Amino acid sequence: MHLKYESFVREPLINGNKTYAQVTEDICRPIEQKPTKLWYLGFIFSLMLLGFGAFSVFWEVYWGIGTWGINRTVGWGWDITNFVWWVGIGHAGTLISAILLLFRQGWRTGVNRAAEAMTIFAVMCAGQFPIFHMGRVWNAFYVLPLPNSRGALWPNFNSALLWDVFAISTYFTVSLLFWYSGLVPDFATIRDRAKTKLRKQLYGLASFGWTGTAKNWQRFESLSLVLAGLSTPLVLSVHTIVSFDFATSVIPGWHATIFPPYFVAGAVFSGFAMVQTLLILVRKIYRLEDYITIGHIEAMNKVIVLTGSIVGVAYLTELFMAWYSQVIYEQQAFKWRVLGPYWWSYWAMMTCNVVSPQFFWFKKLRRNIVFTFLLSIVVNIGMWFERFVIIVTSLYRDYLPSSWTYYSPTWTEIGFYIGTFGLFFTCFFLFAKYFPVVAIAEIKFTLKTSGDNYKREMQHLDEKSIEEFIHAAEHAH
Amino acid sequence: MAVKKFAVACYDDEAVLFPAVEKVRRSGYKLHDVYTPFPVHGLDVALGEKETDLHVAGFCYGITGTATALGFMSWIFTKDWSINYGGKPFFSLPAFIPITFELTVMFAAVGMVLTYCYLNQIMPGVKKHVFHPRQSDDLFVIVMEITDPATEGEIVDFLKSTGSIETNVQVAEEGWWYGWWHKDEPYQKQLA
Repeated sequence: MHLKYESFVREPLINGNKTYAQVTEDICRPIEQKPTKLWYLGFIFSLMLLGFGAFSVFWEVYWGIGTWGINRTVGWGWDITNFVWWVGIGHAGTLISAILLLFRQGWRTGVNRAAEAMTIFAVMCAGQFPIFHMGRVWNAFYVLPLPNSRGALWPNFNSALLWDVFAISTYFTVSLLFWYSGLVPDFATIRDRAKTKLRKQLYGLASFGWTGTAKNWQRFESLSLVLAGLSTPLVLSVHTIVSFDFATSVIPGWHATIFPPYFVAGAVFSGFAMVQTLLILVRKIYRLEDYITIGHIEAMNKVIVLTGSIVGVAYLTELFMAWYSQVIYEQQAFKWRVLGPYWWSYWAMMTCNVVSPQFFWFKKLRRNIVFTFLLSIVVNIGMWFERFVIIVTSLYRDYLPSSWTYYSPTWTEIGFYIGTFGLFFTCFFLFAKYFPVVAIAEIKFTLKTSGDNYKREMQHLDEKSIEEFIHAAEHAH
Repeated sequence: MAVKKFAVACYDDEAVLFPAVEKVRRSGYKLHDVYTPFPVHGLDVALGEKETDLHVAGFCYGITGTATALGFMSWIFTKDWSINYGGKPFFSLPAFIPITFELTVMFAAVGMVLTYCYLNQIMPGVKKHVFHPRQSDDLFVIVMEITDPATEGEIVDFLKSTGSIETNVQVAEEGWWYGWWHKDEPYQKQLA
């Protein structure tokens, strides 16, 4: 049996004297109650956004890509900006579920379920943009390496854009499998306590007939560990490959070796901000403050200040390299980026991403919920501007001055973006109502190590000598 | 697959469960299985279960993915339809790495999850007997198979002596079958 002792320097991760039964009760309660008015309001609003997005996409597909503001000079505009932004948001979920599992960070158990759900929904939103940016979307399957009737034509496997197709689809599949394999035992919990026939039927189906034998759990743990091990390099590879879309080109402002780590840090940065936005609301509405504690919020804020600072260093490195490279095109591109017609987007990015997270050096602010919530939104606005700056301000003034232009989106592009918010929140509202938003089995597993009541019981061990401590810990049960 | 008779004992603490498992193994009665609401570390060892080879399967699937991706891309670009992309060599290995990596991960993950479902016998529509509704909530359940009707009382008494909070005898299907979870099975109706 493993030693159920954790240093008292670490604060409890589960408060409120919980027992196993209480954990089940707290997390299943929202699923078993009727949805509140607030839920219906939010859900219907999300559906309306989704509807508007669907209409905007229909308009674009029907009339063609010319309904968007992009042109020959600025071929990538809001579409790819939004694609990179959504993919980036997804990264926090995998970081929490996979990388923090490998690093044995106990606090991940409180937030991993919702964060992984966020990953999956964000990747779904991201995928829409490159697909509809193709214009003739009915030919989208050309990216797949299928034997076909057009002669033996294959996609170009040397292209970073095709790498993206493989990276995003693998990322989505693996995240979904990882998430669902964790959900199966929790669905079984809901099934076994279901009072209504319909709930028993549906959760019975969703639980795949899980009963939780010792051997099942042994394989479960093996699977989680290997999937975490696979997801860790995967998540790094995904945003690396997204950054290759830019870095393997020869456009001043894109052609930089710093891009992969810079993009990954930015992705984690924006993703954690989105996790904060969502979880601060979820814990409040579902009264899950005992499971998603201030300690959890503080831990995530620490990640935000770290990754925000990495991103800041990357911005400055880019400026330095432009000067140091002595390439006049690079220098001019960055001069215009900072001071040109799009100066406002550059400075919005700098303020939101580099300056604002520095407030999290102060413990008081890290543990302040209202401040965290507001700052998480600021960070996501900033990260959207980062992608806009990278894409548009590298393209709008190319090598040929007669092609210089100023790009603004049309209503269809904006509508498409709003529509993905609709898709994201429609999915998230359904998830929050019908799925356990905190991983029930995993929380129970950590309860006796990091529950406040169990930690208090262990306190007397701290005063003992090493031999006594080992003896007492071994015979604590 | 067969309907059999089982003695069921429920425990509410891992600290009681572990000594009970040890006693059960030494008792000589036939153990059916132990059900827990979450992964209890060390329980597989206490039961004498071998370490699972699932990760080995994952490695094999991963290698298959690597070979598929590399082989396929190399064949297409050097044999099937060579195209000169900006003067790059036909066999441009560094450019094949990203897709090779992605397919390695994809094959490993999908293959492992399918193997996991097969080994654990879980699938949408699969149904198994639940010995106690709280075995997925807060109870640890040891289930013994009653092989000889004469020993029924003996086994129940033995289980009671191991500190269980609830003990009973159930007739149940030992394996899995297809069915709806909201409907009782014939053998369950007989019991009721």
